Amino acid sequence: MDQLQMDLLTILQEDCRLPLEKLAVMTGKSLETVAETISNMEKDGVILRYSPVINWDKTARERVEAMIEVRVTPQRDQGFDAVAERIYRFDEVKTVYLMSGAYDLLLLVEARTLKELAYFVSTKLSTLETVTGTATHFVLKRYKSDGVVFEDKNKDKRLVVQA
Amino acid sequence: MSFDPERYVNQSVAAVPKSGIRKFFDVAQTIPGAISLGVGEPDFVTPYHIRNAAINSLLDGETAYTSNLGLMELREEIARYMEDRFQLRYQPKDEILVTVGASEAIDLALRALVNPGEEVLIPEPSYVSYAPGVVFTGGVPAPVPTHAGNGFQLEASELEKRITDKTKAIILPYPNNPTGAILTRENLEKVADVIRRHDLMVISDEIYAELTYAPEGHTSIATLPGMQERTIVINGFSKAFAMTGWRMGFLCAPAYFTGIMYKIHQYTIMCAPRQGQVAALEALRRGREDGMADVRLMRESYDRRRRLMVSSFREMGLDCFEPLGAFYVFPSIAKTGLTSDEFCTRLLKAESVVCVPGTAFGASGEGHIRCCYATALDKLNQALDRIRRFLSTL
Repeated sequence: MDQLQMDLLTILQEDCRLPLEKLAVMTGKSLETVAETISNMEKDGVILRYSPVINWDKTARERVEAMIEVRVTPQRDQGFDAVAERIYRFDEVKTVYLMSGAYDLLLLVEARTLKELAYFVSTKLSTLETVTGTATHFVLKRYKSDGVVFEDKNKDKRLVVQA
Repeated sequence: MSFDPERYVNQSVAAVPKSGIRKFFDVAQTIPGAISLGVGEPDFVTPYHIRNAAINSLLDGETAYTSNLGLMELREEIARYMEDRFQLRYQPKDEILVTVGASEAIDLALRALVNPGEEVLIPEPSYVSYAPGVVFTGGVPAPVPTHAGNGFQLEASELEKRITDKTKAIILPYPNNPTGAILTRENLEKVADVIRRHDLMVISDEIYAELTYAPEGHTSIATLPGMQERTIVINGFSKAFAMTGWRMGFLCAPAYFTGIMYKIHQYTIMCAPRQGQVAALEALRRGREDGMADVRLMRESYDRRRRLMVSSFREMGLDCFEPLGAFYVFPSIAKTGLTSDEFCTRLLKAESVVCVPGTAFGASGEGHIRCCYATALDKLNQALDRIRRFLSTL
């Protein structure tokens, strides 16, 4: 990965709504080069999508989140990939990681209510033949996500004018 | 007979005018929702590992004085840093002094060098403290104007014109606040030549050295032949490590000069605060291990915003010199027909954007405004939109 790609990703992660003209100025490269680099990163799956970081707690939407540890039996030839796919195809499952340690997969699961989430675990997840055990941890509060602090107390404390 | 307080104060201090920035600050503070490009410090908070080092030091009960010069470990680390980053060698034992910000170092240097009536050359526009600092020693500030026309370069010929038999020293403030200019190697050599020929001392304020965007980086005048012996190099942690509020600076000078400054520091300050020194030590130690990652990331972030500012002001039709240091742009607003002060006052009233009039940094700053880009990208973009709108109403 070259410096331009890193620079662009750093800027886009801070604000992905900046127009190409500004990205070109900020990186000191031509508009065409920047457009092409971004387009390539999109094609290569480096940039998957441009989405806001949302604090759902401040919205009216009902939402329950849980981290679920899952132990599974890996399958011949396919290892964990096939069972991971069986799991990530569920809409409720937002994130799936293969982990080292006491369990195999870690899921971030979302549902509207506690009941819905419990229903998902008991009827959809646990019943998969390769799943040998689960442990569900409900999220009580989100402090920081993707590098963004949700209730940032670090307001700008600088003097407005300073020599 | 009525009590007249003016009779009792030091006349040279009383005669120093109040800071030009102060008036502006008072107004700006009262405007809610204002976006400030008037700040003079990083928008980053001190990296967490540095803050944590100071917290641990407190928890460990490290609350005593340090040696007057500063913690030996810190001075050793500063010596390595100065050699690694700027190819300058100083002895931790007697050539490095840890100060309360670079500000104290400037004061120490001036007080150590200047006798009443002696002149100190100060390139302008420049940081507001130099001239009053000279006056406080009984010396006489001798401004050397620089101009946008030649990239705010300090010209050796301009310098030489202002040298008299009373000239003692020159303050070299590069990278420069407020212009963002750095001196080209060629000019630095010419300036050094004048300094050697006229046998002057140099106070080189290099507080923005790490914020240099030229590929070759910062060159200290002390690295030029015959210059280290006559130069007091001033640096610190405020700008490079986002540590302004810690007040941590240092100076490096040959042992004889350090010894003189040591006396003033010892009797007035004792030592810089211990936790600040511990934090500074952590900043340099970690920096040595990870290739100054904190500084590099911040510098890259400033650099992107710097390009955006220069390009935006030029798009608006203003002449904007490309600064290669610090975190300020200093565009010319002369085209608008307004003075710097009028421009900033009207901009603040109309669009709630705070900039600092160039005249706050010396008479040669007229026709310019200082805009600090150490502010969040979305705020910068908003401020630029507002300035653009303001210009369209003129």
